[in-house]
Amino acid sequence: MADIKKHGKEWFYSKIVKEHFFHPKNMALSDKDIELIRPNGVGEVGSPACGDVMRMWISVENGKIKRCRWRTFGCTSAIASTSMLSVMITEKGGMKLEEAEKITAKDILDRLGGLPPNKIHCSVLGDQALKAAIKDYRKNEK
Amino acid sequence: MKEIYFDNAATTKTDKRVLKEMLPYFKGKYGNPNSMHNKGIEARQAIEEARQKVSNILNCSKEEIIFTGSGTESDNLAIFGYARKNRDKGKHIITTKIEHHAVSHCFERLSKEGFDVTFLDVDSEGFVFAEDLKKAIRNDTIFVSIIYANNEIGTIQNIKELAKICKEKGVAFHTDACQAANYCNIDVLDLGVDMMTLNGSKIYGPKGVGILYKKKGVEIEPILYGGGQENGIRSGTENVANIVGFAKALELVYEEKEKEIRKLTELRDYFINELLKIPDTKLNGPRENRLPNNVNVSFANIEGESLLLLLNEEGIFASTGSACSSKDLAPSHVVTAIGNSPEIAHSSMRFSLGKDITKKQIDIALGFIENFVKKLRKMSPLDFSIEELIMKNKKARECGE
Ligand SMILES: Cc1ncc(COP(=O)(O)O)c(C=O)c1O
Ligand code: FES
Repeated sequence: MADIKKHGKEWFYSKIVKEHFFHPKNMALSDKDIELIRPNGVGEVGSPACGDVMRMWISVENGKIKRCRWRTFGCTSAIASTSMLSVMITEKGGMKLEEAEKITAKDILDRLGGLPPNKIHCSVLGDQALKAAIKDYRKNEK
Repeated sequence: MKEIYFDNAATTKTDKRVLKEMLPYFKGKYGNPNSMHNKGIEARQAIEEARQKVSNILNCSKEEIIFTGSGTESDNLAIFGYARKNRDKGKHIITTKIEHHAVSHCFERLSKEGFDVTFLDVDSEGFVFAEDLKKAIRNDTIFVSIIYANNEIGTIQNIKELAKICKEKGVAFHTDACQAANYCNIDVLDLGVDMMTLNGSKIYGPKGVGILYKKKGVEIEPILYGGGQENGIRSGTENVANIVGFAKALELVYEEKEKEIRKLTELRDYFINELLKIPDTKLNGPRENRLPNNVNVSFANIEGESLLLLLNEEGIFASTGSACSSKDLAPSHVVTAIGNSPEIAHSSMRFSLGKDITKKQIDIALGFIENFVKKLRKMSPLDFSIEELIMKNKKARECGE
């Protein structure tokens, strides 16, 4: 196995997209990973028949998203978008729910340094999964 | 940098011996074969020698070979050329649901021009039923086109039988044999076809060159007009180097056919069997009558493009039937035409072998594939067994709402 070297050729994804695809952040590798963050909201969007499904677990404390885990079935862009979104909402001590709800696909795109034109829709699912998770959290709070 | 190239169905590496034959036509022998002087005659002779070689292998006469600019062009020429020329004889034309786009999109276009098109179904391994073809042929049917060997799932049709049915009913028959040339019988007389498409790109020859075999007496209309080259059927200055390269490549694959079939069939079966040891994996296409270089499997719950790119990073080059990798974001029409759910199509990977592939390379690739499938399954929120996916609604659903 070892005699195949990385050839480091560029493909049409940006460096940041590749980084998040090859080394996804906050991904749920096991169910234990999810339990550990004690999630109080979960959201899922997409359809396996269409080729992309995202599930996101969030842990909200004092109105801020402290931790997050996710799983994604989809292409490079979909995986990188979810990973980037998970960073955006948990960095700097966590994002306020009100702000998190305002995140758009474009915000994710900007942080990723863009996506190929026919891949823009993959980032749309990310913010939808997050919104679904926040909605679930609010419902659980009542 | 070591690379493992599993995309020979997309295109093959040009054989060194082919390149060597081509080079003089980029250097000293640059003449236009339509010129009357010696520079032109030299180029003309090269083309006619190439035509002779090709016709020897196809078992036809020289006049029945038309050189074109690609497999796509040959398909277009056969389909548009025949249908438009013969439209007064009938408006019904037939093809299958597993054609290459170079064929299927022509039929879609013709249906807009007033032709009535039947797309034949295939079985779960991609075979066309002879009975279905018989039943589909009507009084006003004029033309049938069926892919010889499928580029995605490797199914090899019984072209002889299908051509015979058409002959008996007086319907013209074309087959796209681009993927078949390396491994199948391409004796046009024996096959009984009226037209056949081949290209250089899949036979270790140059890209951007094809041929259309057109049996004497079969009348077609040109799709390109101009200087009247290729007997008025295909105008445009001939690509001499590519034509010479095509003929050499065809000769070489013809000579090495038996050896390659034996070697690749063994490697293919080994590869398939090892892949099927990965849990929740399904083979797409048949076990028998399958191209010796074609492997196509689906791994439940992962999306093909992400696997493709993980492998790419290791220098392993494959292809996928996932919607995510296609321009129109629809899953492979071939992988779904054999009754697979869209989920299975999104998870499908094609590894197409070529003459340079070794067992060692397959073993190396298997190690990576197994690891990456595991990794992507961990990342996936889906947890279907392959059986559940096989049972799923077999119709493609509308996506994107
Ligand atoms: C079955 C089949 N037909 C047609 C083509 C198109 O050939 P070309 O790329 O030479 O236009 C291909 C290759 O892509 C093919 O596999
Ligand atoms: S998830 Fe299918 S294109 Fe991105």
